[in-house]
Parts: sequence; structure tokens; C-alpha cells
Amino acid sequence: MKSRAQLRPAALHNDELEAAKRLELYRLQVEIRDFEQRAYELFLQNLVKGTSHLSLGQEAIAAGFAGAMETGDLSFCTYRGHAHTLARGVPMEQVLGELMQRDNGLMRGKGGSMHLTSVSHGVMGSYAIVGAHLPIACGAAWRAQYKGASDVSVCFFGDGTTNIGAFHEALNFAAVWKLPVIFVCENNLYMEYTAIGEVTAVPNPAADRAGSYGLERILIDGNDADEVFRTARRVFARARAGEGPALVECKTYRHSGHSRADPAKYRPPGELEEWLKRDPVKLYRKRLGDIGIDEAAIRHIEDESKRKIDAATEACKAAPPPAEAILTTDVYADGGWAWRN
Amino acid sequence: MAELTYRDAVARGIAQEMERDPDVVFLGEDVAKAGGVFKTTVGLLERFGPKRVRDTPISEQAILGAAMGAAMTGLKPIAEIMFSDFLAVCFDYIANQFPKSRYMSNGQVKCPLVVRTGNGGGVRFGAQHSQSVENWAMMIPGLKVVAPSNPTDVIGLLAAAVRDPDPVIFFEHKSLYATKAEVPDGEIVDRLGTAKILRPGKDATVLALALMVPRALAAAESLAQEHGIDVEIIDLRSLVPLDAQTILGSVARTGRLFTVEENPRLCGWGAEIASIVADEAFYDLDGPIVRITTPHIPLPAADNLEDLALPSVPRIVEKIRRSLNA
Repeated sequence: MKSRAQLRPAALHNDELEAAKRLELYRLQVEIRDFEQRAYELFLQNLVKGTSHLSLGQEAIAAGFAGAMETGDLSFCTYRGHAHTLARGVPMEQVLGELMQRDNGLMRGKGGSMHLTSVSHGVMGSYAIVGAHLPIACGAAWRAQYKGASDVSVCFFGDGTTNIGAFHEALNFAAVWKLPVIFVCENNLYMEYTAIGEVTAVPNPAADRAGSYGLERILIDGNDADEVFRTARRVFARARAGEGPALVECKTYRHSGHSRADPAKYRPPGELEEWLKRDPVKLYRKRLGDIGIDEAAIRHIEDESKRKIDAATEACKAAPPPAEAILTTDVYADGGWAWRN
Repeated sequence: MAELTYRDAVARGIAQEMERDPDVVFLGEDVAKAGGVFKTTVGLLERFGPKRVRDTPISEQAILGAAMGAAMTGLKPIAEIMFSDFLAVCFDYIANQFPKSRYMSNGQVKCPLVVRTGNGGGVRFGAQHSQSVENWAMMIPGLKVVAPSNPTDVIGLLAAAVRDPDPVIFFEHKSLYATKAEVPDGEIVDRLGTAKILRPGKDATVLALALMVPRALAAAESLAQEHGIDVEIIDLRSLVPLDAQTILGSVARTGRLFTVEENPRLCGWGAEIASIVADEAFYDLDGPIVRITTPHIPLPAADNLEDLALPSVPRIVEKIRRSLNA
């Protein structure tokens, strides 16, 4: 089997994409990269608490899909959801505030890093029970179908999810009901600490199962934001036209461990270095130069991103912890927690 | 007024709400074309069409997950889980997803849905199709838990559940489906969190739920006629919200409390209520609180063994009579 890094050469001549779209995809990737690196630094200072799951190395998937989504489309993410939340336009400060468990956090510290949610941005939640959100995304898509709405629901998950029952229930359900839902497997080669290939009956854990549900086999380079974007655009158009769901497997690699606690010592020597050569942010920057996009525009994006993450960091450091009064709010729809009279 | 079975009351309740609100949709296994394995949903497909009344695969996680996603984004789904025992295969949604999404999102996410499910024993189905699992749901913050005992309450509480903005687990009792009662004509809408005193009495308060309600009522008649004991029977109807005030008010009058619970003993709903009464009405009590429950065993299939396990009218009578030293 070919190494996954060699799966597909970076496509340079996909020039139907306009410069503005390319700069947007680059900006999203840079912002996610800067955010995740800052989150990691803040772990080391014990300012990000609890757990956290970084998308370093996987930025192109979030950027490519978000770049193809329209206002009103819905994202369903996993605990590794910072990237997808940021990519829908949620401000860095709110996301970082949640990681730092401050009152300015997206959910004021009630959810934590694994449950990032911003309904006003179409981020319908980040789900930390593996597989749980695939059926939930089906339900949101069912509502769109029932109401005759044109939005699509996009559900992101890791390779490990392909071995849990809810994955298979959701795929079958979505296919039978022809729902406008897009399932996106970010195959970063490790379910958590164990290589996905060691625990999965097929080499490509999502794509090789698509046929079981009558779906097209879609396997793409998840480190190429343009390829991700073009694929997203295609499957979204199909779903909006009432042609049903899609399952997209994006091959990628996480540069860090599974979570904060994981130094990723299980990786064979040299593997990380191979994948760092295919760093999606660096590859994309090079492509922008190769196709003649102005260096100043690229620099501007990078400088703005640095400025934003620095401002967010300072704001979060200065923010107070959550008000104690919110401990018992919003258990029930009346805003409180009363279970008896 | 017309006589209606508990079974037919389910379909009438769903139809009443689907007629009222086009956002109410209904999904489950064998619920549409077949009208439900318990025939509780006959006629709904014909009346409301295949867009609103949908058969699903045997995929309980997909059923509850889809209901949640639809609820989050604007529909008011009713999902059927055929037997309440099967909640165990989709418990993630019951325990982790429905009830926590509002809190974790700091109030951004709503989850207005109803899970209807066939609960309880007496039908000789054995340990995996007979359990009373209302206490599984009761212990989870964020859920509401309802269990009607008669056809009118089925309609009224189902309507209240559908209109409620929180996730509601609605336990129908399989052994009550064939029971009949007079039901008022027209729209019926009840309130969650309200217990009902079905029989006033002065000697003891007896709390019951679902199938245990008719048994407690029969026991009360026997206690009155054969032993001169006058017990008050309260149908709890909903465990969350819990109408603690009606319970405490009754105990203040009678001085004694009995619970009749079909769930197995450990952590059954009566344990929580006993704790509330011990905390808040200790000086109203003239004797110990007594729980009459199914023992801490899986339910057997054989009719004589199952009858031994569930609280029966003679067992309820005997336990109350002995406890009151009558």
C-alpha cells in the first residue's frame, strides 16, 4: 500500500477557484493553526484546563468545508471541534474563553472545549460521545427536507467513529430517507492511541464502507484545502438538489497527540516528519505564491491572524471565571433546574 | 364522552397534536404502515401521510438522534421506542444528549421532543421486554418523566408532553393498553407535574404509578371493606416534575406513607420520595414509610413467577394491613 502522504500529489492547476476564495481558505487555515498553537502554549501554562483536542495538521478540512458552506448550513462537530467552530466565523475570543473556562467563553464555561456550540453561526454542537452526532445531523437534515429548506447538515468525525454502531445506523438511515446530510470522516490514521488500520476490517475506514449504504466512494486528500473545497461544493449541491447524503473520507494527520494528555509516542519514527512535509498550511501558502497571488495579501492574512489571537489571549486572561449564579441555569427550558414543587 | 381503550387513546393523543401543529412529526419502528406492534398508532399514516408518520429501520440510536436533531432545529418530534427495555441500546441520547444540550450550550440549544415507549410487566415477555424503567429516566437532570394510568391521562399528558419545551420520556404501560374508560370529547390537554388524588382517605397515603394505580385502587377497596382501613390513593402521573406538595399535603393528613412501585427495589422512584418525606415531613409521620416494590431481580417469563414478582393487589393489601397493625 502506498503511504498516505503519497496518496495524491498536490493539484496546482485547479484555477476555477478565484483568488478571493483561495485567500479565504488560507485565512481560515492560518487562523485555526494560530489558534491551536496558542491553545497548546496555554495548556503548558495551565491556563487551558481540563482536556483539549487539537486539529494541528487537519486545518484544510475545516477550511475547505466551511469555505463551501452557506449561511444557514449546519455544522455538527466532535470534541476535536475548535477548527470547525472557528471556521464558521465564531470569534477566537469566545472559543478560547471556553477552553480557558472563563465567563467570556462561548458557553460561559458550562460546556468546555469538547462541546463548542454557537447556534447563531450554525455550529449546532460539538459532541464528545463518539458517533452520537451522526444521527443528530440526520435529524437536522430531516427537518430541512420536511420544511423544504435548502440548508445542508455537515457532520465531522474522526476515523475511530467508523467502528461504532451509530455511524452505521446513521449512514443507513440517511441513505434510506435521502437526507441532505454530509458525513465527513477526518481520517488522521489514529482512532485515539491505536492506529485505525489495526482495528478496522478495511483500509479506508469510511470510503470503503460507503458502498454498503449505496453511496459513492469518496476518498480525498484532506491536506489540500482546494480539493476539500471542491468536493464539499459538489456534495453540497447534490444534497441541496434532493439527491441525498454523501460520505467523504479525508486523509490527513494530526501533528499533536490525541488530546492534551497524549505525547503520541505510539507513532513510528519518521511518520510525523513525513507528514510535516505535507503540512496543509505550508503547502497552501506555496500554492498561493505559485499561482501569483500577491505576497502582501498573504502577509496581511498572517499578520491579522496573529493580531486576533493575541487580542483574544489577552481578553481571556483578563476575563473572570463564570459567575456562580449560572451553576443551575438552563437545565430546563424555563431557565432553571426545578424538578419538583 | 365515549369509551376508549388506553391503546386507542395513544393514537388519539398523537392525532390531536399533529392536527394542531404541522411541526409535530412521528417516527419509529413499525409505527406507520403496521400501526405499531401494540396497535397504538393505527390510522395515523392514513390521516397525516408518509412525510409526517415515518417507519424507521431497527436503529434506536438513529431514531432518537434524528428526533433530537429535528427538535433542535424546529420540529416537535414524537419518537417511539417499541419496548422501554430498548432504551438501553440508545441510552446515550437519553442520558447524554437530550438532557444536557441546553445546559452545556448555556441555553442555546433546545430539545422539545417526546419519546413514547411501552413500559412494564404483566405480559409474560421475560426479562428484556417487561421492565419498568421509569427510574432510569428519573435520575437524569434535564429530562421530564411521565407515566399515565388511564386513557384520559394518556391523551392529556401526551398533549402536555408534546407542547412542553423540554425532552419528555413518556412511559405507556403495556398491560394497560387493553383497559378502557370513559374519555371526554374534544381536545384534552393536561399539565405535567401534577399528581391526582384518586381516592381520598384518612389512614394512610398510597402513591402509585401506571399499572400500579388500578392495583392500588383495588387494594384500597379491599382494605376498606375487609379491614376498615381508609387509604388515600395518589396517582403520581409524572415523576419529573414531581408534585411533592400533593404528596406532603396528603402525608400531613394521614400520617403514613406507602409507595407501590413496579420498578425493582434499588433506587426506585419511591426511594427518592421516601427521602423527601423523611426530610420534610418527618414529624407528620406516625410510622415508618413502607415501599412495596418488585424485588431486586430480573423479571421471569412464566405467568405464576411474574405475578409473584410484581406488586399484586393481595400483596399491597397485606403489606398495608400489617404495617398499620389492623
